Amino acid sequence: MDWMMYLKVFLVGGALCAIGQALIDYTKLTPARILVSYVVTGVILGGLGIYQPLVDFAGAGATVPLTGFGWLLSKGVKEAIAEKGLLGILSGGLTATSAGIAAAVIFGLIFALIFKPKDKS
Amino acid sequence: MSMTPQEYEAINQRYSPASKGWKTIPMAWLFGGIICCIGQALSDCYQALGLEKDIASASVSVTLVFLAALLTGLGVYDNIAKYGGAGCLVPITGFSNAVASPALDFKSEGLVLGLGAKMFVIAGPVIVYGTAASVIYGLIIYIFHWY
Amino acid sequence: MPYRIGKYTLGFDQPPAVLSYAAVGSKKESEGPLKDAFDFIEQDSYFGEKSWERAESRIQRESVNRALEKGNFDPTDIDYIFAGDLLNQCISSVYGLRELGIPLFGLYGACSTMAESLSIASVFIDSQAAKRCAAVTSSHFCSAERQFRFPLEYAGQRTPTSQWTVTGGGAAIVGIGNKPPFVRGITTGTIEDYGIKDANNMGAAMAPAASATISRFFKDTHMNPAQFDLILTGDLGYVGSGILLELLEREGLDIHRQHNDCGLLIFDREKQPDVQAGGSGCGCSGSVLCGHILPKLQRGDLKDVLFIATGALLSTTSVQQGETIPGIAHLVYLSSQAQDEAFPTRERASQFDGRKEKR
Repeated sequence: MDWMMYLKVFLVGGALCAIGQALIDYTKLTPARILVSYVVTGVILGGLGIYQPLVDFAGAGATVPLTGFGWLLSKGVKEAIAEKGLLGILSGGLTATSAGIAAAVIFGLIFALIFKPKDKS
Repeated sequence: MSMTPQEYEAINQRYSPASKGWKTIPMAWLFGGIICCIGQALSDCYQALGLEKDIASASVSVTLVFLAALLTGLGVYDNIAKYGGAGCLVPITGFSNAVASPALDFKSEGLVLGLGAKMFVIAGPVIVYGTAASVIYGLIIYIFHWY
Repeated sequence: MPYRIGKYTLGFDQPPAVLSYAAVGSKKESEGPLKDAFDFIEQDSYFGEKSWERAESRIQRESVNRALEKGNFDPTDIDYIFAGDLLNQCISSVYGLRELGIPLFGLYGACSTMAESLSIASVFIDSQAAKRCAAVTSSHFCSAERQFRFPLEYAGQRTPTSQWTVTGGGAAIVGIGNKPPFVRGITTGTIEDYGIKDANNMGAAMAPAASATISRFFKDTHMNPAQFDLILTGDLGYVGSGILLELLEREGLDIHRQHNDCGLLIFDREKQPDVQAGGSGCGCSGSVLCGHILPKLQRGDLKDVLFIATGALLSTTSVQQGETIPGIAHLVYLSSQAQDEAFPTRERASQFDGRKEKR
């Protein structure tokens, strides 16, 4: 096992979350807005070619946070345009992220059906 | 008594307890870092089992989404987030929680207009603006042949 | 008959008595400092029902039924019931009180509902429009959270200024009687808005309303804070209470010694850190008044109490559209005596000529 890699994952992934916490604590941004800006930032950084090196450097530390979701959207669009041309603009993003979104829908549905809402303890 | 909103806001600020950033930010770092490390460990496992890197990466997302949705259903995820803060919101597990929690909560309003419709009440904007940003990006690189 | 004292305050010739009262709570409330104040505590916050909304209706029904029982009343003994809650279209009151068959006035005063309902009930009694009236309100953490904030399982954090909606309710039956507590007077609040937009800081949104109502009461009655044992605000919590004391101080009213807040009494912010700035919700002031304060007035442990329930008049729509949050506060003067020298009688009040006074 590559312990150096895990240190990098922890540092980069943790830092992205710490920035989010700082935004919650010290700005008036609501969590929903912060998550939206994370994804959009991911798309922009991905598009500018800045995020890919971070993914190569920190692996899951860069792909698991929501910026990674944005990066994946931009990556998918780029690949799809190269492959399918104009249509790729529309199909690329959601195709690349489809597994994650479909998983959220399906598991959300299943567990919502099984469980009962609980009071906060 | 007359007072401008600015004057009142100044009084409000004095009595509002400050956020405990010295505590919440390191905790977010810790929890977020741990979740990402779990993702990395899963990725290493899947690749060791012979999956290609991209497929392993997508499988990691699916696994994390599954775990977060399960913990949400069990009523555990929000209790972890009480300590982890943004460390539990920013990773993809937070996205999963944002989908599963309204689905569960609005089940009482029916399976179609409750669970089905309200599922994306929090996470919807992430998909809407993420997709929109990616389409704009796609248009730009298509026009300038940057792909 | 009710008579006017100054511009905002009403006095009662024959102060209505609170004949019976009851408070209901749930798990979190039972872990707080007032755990022994409740007549009924249900550890299961579903109250045996299938939805949070039904659970809240159950709280309201339970509150009224216990108050009726304690006073040996039948629903037919009650001429009117004044009720309200936080949910859209006040459904907790509607479904909770549906089977009682008592003529209903539905109220919306957000968390000020306990004082609002008690005010109107008292006016009905002293004006002889009714022999007995019930005032009731409730709130439920889960139903309020669902309606106003996020799903219960959502991982969002609560900010340090946010308050915890009390799962509970209170009911008081007001009528003609010679045993304390008595409702001596009321001051009805105006809508006050100092521009707070943060829906997670209700205390700050409501403090100006409480300050305005309290200072008007003292102006109208020519009384002073030292004449009271307790000046109890509804649910300003930690933030709003601090602001209230400062606002009143700027007007030359020092209520440090008398002031307390239902939102600070019902939970222990040290031992229950989840509640952040304290308790809130209609059931907060409702259950604290009916479980903790009214018994003390009845026993004579407290003599003169100003009860000021505060409400934040926001809706999910208004918040999302970026509107500011208006507040309101209604004051009820409760006493263990029906008569004394301090509170202006009809004759004295007529000499104040309060209507000419500038506020």
